[in-house]
Amino acid sequence: MMSAEPIAPSIAGIDASLSRRAFLKVSAATGGSLLLGFSLSPVKAVRQPASETTAFALDAFIRIERSGLVTLIIPQVEMGQGVYTSLAMILAEELDADFRRVTVEHAPPSDALYANPAVGFQVTGGSTSVRAFWMPMRKAGASARAMLVEAAAATWRVDPATCRTANSEVIHEASGRKLPYGALAGRVARAAPPKDPPLKALQEFQLIGQPARRLDSPGKVNGSAIFGIDVLPPGVKIATLQASPVFGGKVADVEEAGAHNVPGVRQVVVLDDLVAVVGDHMWAAKKGLEALQITWDEGANANVTTAEILTQLQAASERPGVVAKSVGDVDKALSTGKIEATYHVPFLAHAPMEPMNCTVHVRPDACEIWVGIQVLSRAQAIAAKITGLALDKVIVHNHLIGGGFGRRLEVDGVAKAVRIAQKVNGPVKLVWTREEDIQQAFYRPFYFDRFQASVSGGKITAWSHRVVGSSILARWAPPAFVKGLDGDAVDGAVDFPYDVANIHVEYVRQEPPAVTTCFWRGVGPTHNIFVVESFVDELAHSAGKDPVLFRRDQLQGAPRLRACLDLAADKAGWGHPLPARVGRGVAVQSVFGSYIATIAEAEVDRNGKVKVRRVVCAVDCGIAVNPDTIAAQIEGGLIFGLTAALHSEITIARGRVQQSNFHDYRMMRIDEAPSIEVHLIKSDAAPGGIGEPGTVAAAPSLANALFAATGIRLRHLPIDRDVLAGRKPA
Amino acid sequence: MINLRINGKVTAVDAPQDMPLLWVLRDLLGLTGTKFGCGIAQCGACTVHLDGEAVRSCLLPVGSIKDRSITTIEAIGETSNGAKVQKAWLDLEVVQCGYCQSGQIMSATALLNTTPHPDDSDIDAAMAGNICRCGTYVRIREAIKRAAQIE
Repeated sequence: MMSAEPIAPSIAGIDASLSRRAFLKVSAATGGSLLLGFSLSPVKAVRQPASETTAFALDAFIRIERSGLVTLIIPQVEMGQGVYTSLAMILAEELDADFRRVTVEHAPPSDALYANPAVGFQVTGGSTSVRAFWMPMRKAGASARAMLVEAAAATWRVDPATCRTANSEVIHEASGRKLPYGALAGRVARAAPPKDPPLKALQEFQLIGQPARRLDSPGKVNGSAIFGIDVLPPGVKIATLQASPVFGGKVADVEEAGAHNVPGVRQVVVLDDLVAVVGDHMWAAKKGLEALQITWDEGANANVTTAEILTQLQAASERPGVVAKSVGDVDKALSTGKIEATYHVPFLAHAPMEPMNCTVHVRPDACEIWVGIQVLSRAQAIAAKITGLALDKVIVHNHLIGGGFGRRLEVDGVAKAVRIAQKVNGPVKLVWTREEDIQQAFYRPFYFDRFQASVSGGKITAWSHRVVGSSILARWAPPAFVKGLDGDAVDGAVDFPYDVANIHVEYVRQEPPAVTTCFWRGVGPTHNIFVVESFVDELAHSAGKDPVLFRRDQLQGAPRLRACLDLAADKAGWGHPLPARVGRGVAVQSVFGSYIATIAEAEVDRNGKVKVRRVVCAVDCGIAVNPDTIAAQIEGGLIFGLTAALHSEITIARGRVQQSNFHDYRMMRIDEAPSIEVHLIKSDAAPGGIGEPGTVAAAPSLANALFAATGIRLRHLPIDRDVLAGRKPA
Repeated sequence: MINLRINGKVTAVDAPQDMPLLWVLRDLLGLTGTKFGCGIAQCGACTVHLDGEAVRSCLLPVGSIKDRSITTIEAIGETSNGAKVQKAWLDLEVVQCGYCQSGQIMSATALLNTTPHPDDSDIDAAMAGNICRCGTYVRIREAIKRAAQIE
């Protein structure tokens, strides 16, 4: 871990009114140009009438008050990944703003202004934020800086080229004159920004690459940070809900009398698929809900089980799929003798610590929403659709997110809250109980994988991988689901990093009954790197080769990844003796634009209990914007992935999720957490993603370590203690 | 009406006796720094202090508190150990999403109240009731040790 000099920037409060007013104007002025031109982020100066605001919006991302306050509007949502700080650093770097005195603000919903260039609309996910906004943010900062320099130079009647900037001031060295940005904000005259503002050379960076204090931390250690669940608009009522315990079921009958006897209960809302109780506080709502007698029409899914879903996946894996990648002649190369294996991984819930919630006030002419969500414009759109209101009549206040992990890429919760709020007079905060949060979720798909490979002379000569599972993209982003291929489902499988002449990867779409699937931290690669790196490990052992050397020999075409492997092996003491029943396992990955090698060290006792002792990660993620956050994301991502590998599984019986809370959907706790070392490799390459990769690295390195410790190959997750104890076949 | 001594002030609340303190703090008093995570004392997000001791407010009936002194995350920085823990949390950049950190800080402060120089097993015992889904455990451990060294 690294420390930074104490600095005290701040995050603006949740009042989005100023920014909304300012940016609706910016939006009107710039139209959709930002969306169209992301390769060169256009910046337009928009002068605000003095009567309306003292703020001066230099572009959609930067506002400078006449007081000198620099506000950076961050298009990506903060859910723990440090994006408010890292994107603010990039903007402030090129703007030459005094980073100790910047304020950051949530962007309002607007695909036109704040679309994620990697995705095409406003979304935070897939470890894309720094990657996709790296150049747009630099250019936005540099354009604004150039305009400020021009304004100062005009004031002084000097050549702009003779001016420099530092700490939110323009400086004319020759005459010793200085003008603070605040004083210049009102003088920026040009309507159009410079087309090609000069960007700093990498060696000129002062903020980027230095560990910076997170801007969101102070409010998160003293209780003042406001998450979606914390909002209390005047007159707000609190509601909680129960949807049909069987997926797809409907309300048949509700006996309401019991709820109305609970003090503080104000209203029972019955919709076709859910029931909510509205009260003065959550206790009333919760007790009221428990006092209802609800009869459900369970519908078609009442007999669905996980076993049935696994059987369907297994059967589907016998079918040929859509070809995702084909190089060489795998069939021919396999004919010399093949090694085969199948793997599967379970449904997973996200279980963010902040349970799902959404506060809504539906009025005849408008709808106001308070929520923390990864897809702000989708939240606005779904509310407009349900209420029939125009998009601009739906006001969405975004908030800090108490854990997203993909769950808040979905607007099902917003939809439920709006539908309930339509029946309530005044604002209503809908809060999911933890049980409802876990049982009425969208889940990481259950995947089944079939492998065939050949090894000759200590190297892989043929590699065939068939991925079977549901398609998230087909539902979430239909245009991205092309010719039956889900690029996410095979992400981490097609970009197989090893020097193999014959590679064939296929995808078979098999949708489970009842269960809706969605992205989960690490997305496609969380599943694929586990199965790929486990099977590569199997091949190494079948070839009688050391797992690190086996990989290293076949990574000639991936030098950055090989450098990570060398560093991780060195730092982890690979090859050094370990006690009995302790093993080291390795996994490598090049996904999300980052290269990572991971070595886990784990111990298994006679009862199959696993203790993860240590994890070492070597990371090359290109330019490290905030190196301490990168280390933190890897640490946290590993814990997230280890939790899933050791403990997590959503199972279905009688059409219902069987887990309900943290007693049976377990989380890793501090007493199980290993020591973690993250070693960054310095690089001048463009930044890679970092929120997902730690999670991806966990399961394969751990499973390979457990094989080294016990000789037992774990081909499904979560890790089964009975298998490790020899009480059950693998 | 129930009188509660919260963060040094006596406050009267109109709440049923069986209502958990968590909802009194959050929904009636607007003290939203204390978080709801599970409702069954499994996650520790709702941790507050009763007379300096860490308790889970999600299962604590407000009628059972009587005249014991309640401290929440909003005021823990006014105590010596609370301020040290908050400083160490910032110095080591523990926080990610931050949702669980109110509870983590309350548990860590209570630990230092009874054990000024905790070792790893003390930390495990005191902190295992607090889940962090972002996985900040490595830094929580270091930050507690750092806080214990602050004079």
